[in-house]
Amino acid sequence: MLLVYCPYCGVSRPETEFSCRGEAHIARPADPAQTSDEDWVNFLYMRSNTKGVYVERWRHIHGCGRFFNAVRNTVSDDFLKFYKAGEPMPDLEELAKEAGK
Amino acid sequence: MSDVLANDLITPDAGVSPLLSQSDVSILKAAPIARLSFRAREAALANAGTAFGVPLPTQPLSSEIGAKRAALWMGPDEWTLLAPEEDLETLFETIETALGDQPHALVDISERSEAIIVSGEKAVWLLNTGIFVDFSIEEFPVGTVSRTIFHKSPVMIWRTGADTFVVEAWVSFMDYVSGLLVQSAQELTAA
Repeated sequence: MLLVYCPYCGVSRPETEFSCRGEAHIARPADPAQTSDEDWVNFLYMRSNTKGVYVERWRHIHGCGRFFNAVRNTVSDDFLKFYKAGEPMPDLEELAKEAGK
Repeated sequence: MSDVLANDLITPDAGVSPLLSQSDVSILKAAPIARLSFRAREAALANAGTAFGVPLPTQPLSSEIGAKRAALWMGPDEWTLLAPEEDLETLFETIETALGDQPHALVDISERSEAIIVSGEKAVWLLNTGIFVDFSIEEFPVGTVSRTIFHKSPVMIWRTGADTFVVEAWVSFMDYVSGLLVQSAQELTAA
């Protein structure tokens, strides 16, 4: 079982309290009517599916209910960073380097 | 049993016999109370706290207790307000009036959930049969309130004393929660 840290509650809780909602920092096109079908498909379905350090949206659904973002290594399942929704994406290469030490 | 409770709000339902009564742990059904779900941004908190009679806690997982009132932190913009049943209507009006046109949501959720009181020296052990949360007094001090998951059911855990917990679950899930707790407690008496 993974231990997930909720930046709003300030505690680590078992993953059963959370749900993972896929890749983070996917911006919805500002004007959907002007977006081509191809771009819309990219927004809806195309994800980077990285093997390695990956940014995900998580939701503390059985806790405070808030969405937040987490950086996870998809190979080792190690969480490298948790941060609140709305905060900028951290430098992934640097995080990976720090974790690799 | 009510003397171990940190407040005068959650009291055992006198008409119901204990669900479980062992020397080291007991489960009592709590009497119905009024529950209000309050959601708002920071600007409305001070007014709401004054109207409610107890300041709304801003520290995560904490609670504030006053005379016949309790405010429980549920999320960064969400609180559960507890009060006796008979105060519900006046309290609702008071908070609504105090907030005026400040954006907020105040909803009566009294009927949504039921509470049981789990107390005794084995209370932590019993809750941990279905909850993966560290209930040691350092990590989960008296007054801490948290939503979590008990086996498959969402529950709210509020520690009102060192060995006393209020466990709240939705009405239709309560038989499941209390039933599993009672069953797990039998392990304590088994040779």
